[in-house]
Amino acid sequence: MSNQNQLVSKVDWITISLYALFVLAGWMNIYSAVYNPETHISIFDAAFYDSNAGKQLIWIGTSLILIICIFAIDFRFFEAFAPIIYASFIGLLILVPFLGVTVNGSHSWFKFGFITIQPAEFAKTATALLLAKYINEPQVNLSKWKNQWVAAAIIGLPMILIIASNETGSALVFASFLILLYREGLPGEYPGLFIGSVTIFVSALLLSPWTILASLIVIAGGIIGLSPIYIQRLKQTYIKAALFIVGIMFMVFLVDFAVNKVLKEHQRNRIKVLIDPSFDPRGLGYQLTQSKIAIGSGGFWGKGYLQGTQTKFDFVPAQSSDFIFCTIGEEQGFFGVLVVIVLFMVFLWRLMYLADQQRSRFARAYGYGVVGILFFHFLVNIGMTIGLMPIIGIPLPFFSYGGSSLWSFTILLFIFLKLDSHRSDMLSR
Amino acid sequence: MFEGRRQILLLFFIIIGLVFLGKLFFLQVIDDSYEKAADNNAIRKIIQIPFRGEVYDRHHKLIVYNTPVYDLYITPRKAHVRDTLQFCQLFGITRSYFDSTCKQARAYSRVKPFLFLKHLSKEDFARVQDAMVDFPGFTFTTTAFRTYQSKAFSNALGYVAEINPNSLQNQKDDYYRQGDYVGVSGIESFYEEDLRGQRGVKYRMVNSNGVEKGDFKEGRLDIQPIAGKNLYTGVDIRLQEYADSLMQHKVGSVVAIEPSTGEILTMVSAPSYDPSLLAGRNFSKYYRDLALDPMKPLLNRPPSAYYRPGSTFKLIQALVGLQLGIITPASVFTHAGAPVKCHSHNTSHNDLHNAIQWSCNPYFYHAFRKILYEDTQGNTYERSAQGLQRWSELVANFGFGRKLGVDLGNEKKGILPNVEYYNRVYKGENTWKFSNIYSLSIGEGELVVNPLKMANVAAIIANRGWYIPPHLVKAIGDKKVVDPFYKTPVSVGIDAKHFGVVIEGMKDAVLHGTVGGDGKIPDIVMCGKTGTSQNAKGEDHSVFIAFAPKDNPKIAIAVFVENAGFGGFAAAPIASLIIEKYLKGKVDRKAVEEKFMNKSYLPNVLSVTGPRPQKTKKDTLK
Repeated sequence: MSNQNQLVSKVDWITISLYALFVLAGWMNIYSAVYNPETHISIFDAAFYDSNAGKQLIWIGTSLILIICIFAIDFRFFEAFAPIIYASFIGLLILVPFLGVTVNGSHSWFKFGFITIQPAEFAKTATALLLAKYINEPQVNLSKWKNQWVAAAIIGLPMILIIASNETGSALVFASFLILLYREGLPGEYPGLFIGSVTIFVSALLLSPWTILASLIVIAGGIIGLSPIYIQRLKQTYIKAALFIVGIMFMVFLVDFAVNKVLKEHQRNRIKVLIDPSFDPRGLGYQLTQSKIAIGSGGFWGKGYLQGTQTKFDFVPAQSSDFIFCTIGEEQGFFGVLVVIVLFMVFLWRLMYLADQQRSRFARAYGYGVVGILFFHFLVNIGMTIGLMPIIGIPLPFFSYGGSSLWSFTILLFIFLKLDSHRSDMLSR
Repeated sequence: MFEGRRQILLLFFIIIGLVFLGKLFFLQVIDDSYEKAADNNAIRKIIQIPFRGEVYDRHHKLIVYNTPVYDLYITPRKAHVRDTLQFCQLFGITRSYFDSTCKQARAYSRVKPFLFLKHLSKEDFARVQDAMVDFPGFTFTTTAFRTYQSKAFSNALGYVAEINPNSLQNQKDDYYRQGDYVGVSGIESFYEEDLRGQRGVKYRMVNSNGVEKGDFKEGRLDIQPIAGKNLYTGVDIRLQEYADSLMQHKVGSVVAIEPSTGEILTMVSAPSYDPSLLAGRNFSKYYRDLALDPMKPLLNRPPSAYYRPGSTFKLIQALVGLQLGIITPASVFTHAGAPVKCHSHNTSHNDLHNAIQWSCNPYFYHAFRKILYEDTQGNTYERSAQGLQRWSELVANFGFGRKLGVDLGNEKKGILPNVEYYNRVYKGENTWKFSNIYSLSIGEGELVVNPLKMANVAAIIANRGWYIPPHLVKAIGDKKVVDPFYKTPVSVGIDAKHFGVVIEGMKDAVLHGTVGGDGKIPDIVMCGKTGTSQNAKGEDHSVFIAFAPKDNPKIAIAVFVENAGFGGFAAAPIASLIIEKYLKGKVDRKAVEEKFMNKSYLPNVLSVTGPRPQKTKKDTLK
């Protein structure tokens, strides 16, 4: 009993409340997305549990069981067993092409009875655990090449396996570990380089090479012009500037080449449609246009709960899973999305605050892993519904419909909360 | 170590959050194009066409109503036809029609209904209904066709047709849309706004496949259609059919009016057409045939054709002379000195009564001369102008040279020559005088009327000096709204006392005058006047106007039969039969009835085109 009381007093109720709020709001929006006034089924009707809203209710119930299980497990288990957990998920990812089943066109699922599980969703948690455990090693210094390579390998291995099973979207999420690594001392150049490459990549797609060249010359000229006179007089300055421009232009052409030759057509289309929604109007362009129409038609206060016409009548594909944000935008309006985004920011801030409270580097690193993953999903999911990100099918944490996604985010989050509740028991290094 | 990086990350997160909120604010609050796109996306506006108003006759018999017809729609995804041959036989369509329409439907949409077959009759619908269980994916929707109880009233009723592009563009209140039906002629057109009712709008929500998902906002924005108003006419449809049967094989008009109310009892235009031809799915085919027919079946002659009144005008000549005090019932004019001859009588005491009874041309020549010249000053040119001025003012009261205001769109004014008219024709003032215009004295020359006007003249005489503007519709809608215009008597400015002698003359014209035996009704006192209308087309038109009974008249009538010769030959017997039918409910003179139903005046007119007489033709008067 005393153990119980100790747990209750030590878990972070702010985070748990936000989690509960997100899950509940998510469920209400899923209910709205599938709600049909003509074929309305009572929540107490067995047939209700065939609908997405009904199934999500089961996922929420089982998530509660998972939470209890996580709190029941000894907190040291996660650090100690991180390699084994990681290894088993790597094993599952290897097995998926052979033993998996196809769900929604994606051959990345395992089927246990009526439950289908996507190991890729859980591999994120496993990777975060192992990465945190590795960083927790006293000798690890992320400014060293060797340690960087090991970290990259831990992240890269599941990523490659997931890409191999054609789940590029889920694989991209692993990029979010840059946040963990950055917090744990990875030199700022890496995330800077990452953001820089993404910028070059996007501008290579959006702008013509000549525009990029012109703007680069203007930027370089501006920097040189503002520099002290002696730098301006050095021959090297100009050589460096020229090399810089040539290098970037080379990358631009490389991106062009990559987009046209290396990327598969459906991947290329996801990016092209961002630039021109009228491209592929019945497919991805349709999805993006309908998503924007649904959100845009919400106005400031929204159409009211269950009153959305766009999401309810299937104009937005995948509306209860990846495009659940459309339902919020349409029915709750700008006010609703403002609340969701602000609460999400508060949630991330709270998690970072908690992570920094940890005495153990393992728990802190893991905490930042959680923050990174959640933020990346937030960034890409909401971004794609409003046309700021390519349409990559990844869910909005806690809101989107789906057992694997809710379970994996619940496990991800509650392992951290479990660790957090034991922070006084851990040794600081 | 690296604690500061939390702040950097937080800043990064907040920047992303603000970018998203900015974009969302733009999408949701600033740019309203998404809202409209959403409405178009999810809401389908369904126009509900109300039932067009029905038309009743004076005895509350339904003469125009709506018959439901059925349009067959196919929904390709649900459609399944196992036995195509049976299906084609059932609907009387060819295999190639079936195949091509199915292909079009699939190309249009797999889930949305596509019009497969238009306008199936109630009978066809009943016949195929049982078999439809074998053909899933086919549904019927109901629309309505205009249906006419009688074939005899088409010209005055008019017809309903899809609005033409020209009217669509020039419409005043922007009501009609492409494909809407609109009254084109007759009372269908005149009362269009009453008949059409008010379109309703239903907003239905549809899903992304165009499948309906219920009412938008529980139907709160829907506008219920308002059914068109019924029209209650003064027409006696049985009399109309009877008059129409008498006008078979003839070109011409019959207009009968109830003098006390101005209600038109009958309005026949011959030849006519079967109104159902223009109400069905073959509108365009039949319309073309009818429009090109040299007999002009689409022309509604009573208000639109041009005729000279001929001798029927002598009644007005007499009344004008009496009112001006220029002649009296006792005035006597001999045949001598007139360029026009009298065909029928030779009496020593040629007074007004006699002149009307025998339609004496010389009498009215002299009378008209006196009307022009008496109490006027100056030379004969000036005196003619002064005389014609006072004459035309009074004649105009009878509705000559202007519209009477009948509830039909195509009423023609006709021509009443007055001083300005002749100044124009003869190019200057005082360039013409009585000797140029004496044809007017007997209703020929430049005078142009239509049958409706002449029926109204009969009504004016029947009423002894006033009329109510003739009209087909006496009340509109369930509230029986009446236009006050059709309730207000109009005086023609002739004192009632002057009518006695004219009416007596008309009575005797029928009994012992210009009207032959076929035009006499044994037990009804009919007062009538024959006319022979000269025209450029050939044989004279036979004209007769009358009213009956003499006291408390119930019916006033004008009959024009083109190229049938003297007024007493064809027009008078036909008028007498119609009057007999109306007053007695039956016709005893079966031989006369049969004779005139079968009599054909068509051969004379077949070669002729153009109803309009030449204005300045110098007449040779009989």
